[in-house]
Amino acid sequence: MNRLACLVVVIGMALPAFAQDARKSGFDYMGPDTQAMQKDDLANPGMLSVLEGETLWNTPTGKAQKSCAACHGDATQSMKGVAARYPAMDDKTQSAIDLAGRIIQCRVERQEAPAPQREGRELLSLSAFVGRQSRDMPISPPQDAKLAATRAQGAALYSARMGQLNFSCAQCHDDNAGGHLGAAPIPQAHPNGYPLYRLEWQSLGSLQRRFRNCMSGMRAEPFAAGSTEAIALEAFLMERAAGMKLETPAVRP
Amino acid sequence: MNTTRRQFTLLAAGASIALVTPARATPEKMKLAVDAFTGGKPVKEGRVKFDISLLVENGNSVPLSVLVDSPMTKDNHVTRIGIFNEKNPLPDVAIFNLTPRSGRAQVATRMRLNDTQFITAIAEMSDGTYFSAKSEVIVTMPACVEE
Amino acid sequence: MARALINVPAKSKRGEIIEIKTLMSHPMETGFRPGMDGQLIPRDIIEKFVCTYNGEVVFSAQLHPAITANPFISFTTIATESGTLVFSWTDNKGETQVQTASIQVE
Repeated sequence: MNRLACLVVVIGMALPAFAQDARKSGFDYMGPDTQAMQKDDLANPGMLSVLEGETLWNTPTGKAQKSCAACHGDATQSMKGVAARYPAMDDKTQSAIDLAGRIIQCRVERQEAPAPQREGRELLSLSAFVGRQSRDMPISPPQDAKLAATRAQGAALYSARMGQLNFSCAQCHDDNAGGHLGAAPIPQAHPNGYPLYRLEWQSLGSLQRRFRNCMSGMRAEPFAAGSTEAIALEAFLMERAAGMKLETPAVRP
Repeated sequence: MNTTRRQFTLLAAGASIALVTPARATPEKMKLAVDAFTGGKPVKEGRVKFDISLLVENGNSVPLSVLVDSPMTKDNHVTRIGIFNEKNPLPDVAIFNLTPRSGRAQVATRMRLNDTQFITAIAEMSDGTYFSAKSEVIVTMPACVEE
Repeated sequence: MARALINVPAKSKRGEIIEIKTLMSHPMETGFRPGMDGQLIPRDIIEKFVCTYNGEVVFSAQLHPAITANPFISFTTIATESGTLVFSWTDNKGETQVQTASIQVE
């Protein structure tokens, strides 16, 4: 009996090493039409935003009349892998900052331009253009101990029951991932394609818009875009998806 | 972009209004649109190949393509391809005008589908005859809608 | 700053049938949706698409509100000679956006 128990323990311990990564991108849950739309750059509507972001990248703006390119040069080199590393620690404020927040910071402090609106066309296009430079690269959250508290806060939010329906993110996306809500498959909630073109939105949107979408579905008050909570949840999800490949700009139903 | 409680209430009210909005195409209205396209001439089934998924994930963007069997010569070609539906607010979807310089009678686009329904493609030939194909598409509703 | 993605093969042989894909940045607002204030958002759609090849119309389309946001249209044409393809999208207010692509025929 003891020996059997031992065997079970040994198998149990050995399994994770042999088991394949059970994590699946939202891409894997989509039908062939939607997958084809994402895979072809000339059919992926998210690429229209990337194109627009490229123009913005090269256009001088603000009182400084500097373009993004004036400091960062060729984005295909300088922005490669950047989106895979956010949210990161902002040294100046000593708090976690997301990629959109960093772009806003550059716009305001270095280009001396008005702060772009969260979910506005300018910020989404620039985020899509920067994100595109990391496509197919693995998500690589910074090895920064200072981010631990942020990630822990995100993990707590992910498991916290919220709203009138009293649901947590984890109840759908961990416990029932692969199942269905109505006719729609429930994915594992990996943040590996943002900003992405959602057919439901008929436009590009950020991960934080997706949070708002889920939370209003739970009848909870959504986190404000760019809030500490939203960034913490994003930091937790990026850590949870570490090593998965970025698909920006992804397409989702 | 934060939705306030008031905006949310308005949105919810707007959504329920949208549900009872009466304007909608019907198979009869679609027939009128088709008659306007053909001038009331008879439409035969065949020669048109409709490529559209039976089951779609979101009715906001449904890829479709149409291929018509035609030599596409000066004397014998497809002049127009019309796409029609029976349950969207309007029965017309698109009309494509082809020429002998098209080489092949083939078009593709993406359409919106309000609901599960039949879609019809009609090809107008240079000799004034009409051919059609029909395809049913089942639209599944997304679980979490935002607005 | 609406823009389009257009795919014309870089090089083609004379007489070859080539496929052209176009994706235009446009909301295609149907006029049937209520906005935040409960009022219908006014219709704003591309109604006409035209492609000319060295000045001659080779393909055109009339679009209705049932066409998706950011309309995608793909069609074919015969590569006859090198030159310019001009694509134009006209909305229901009569405004036209134009984009061109060059074609190399051997």
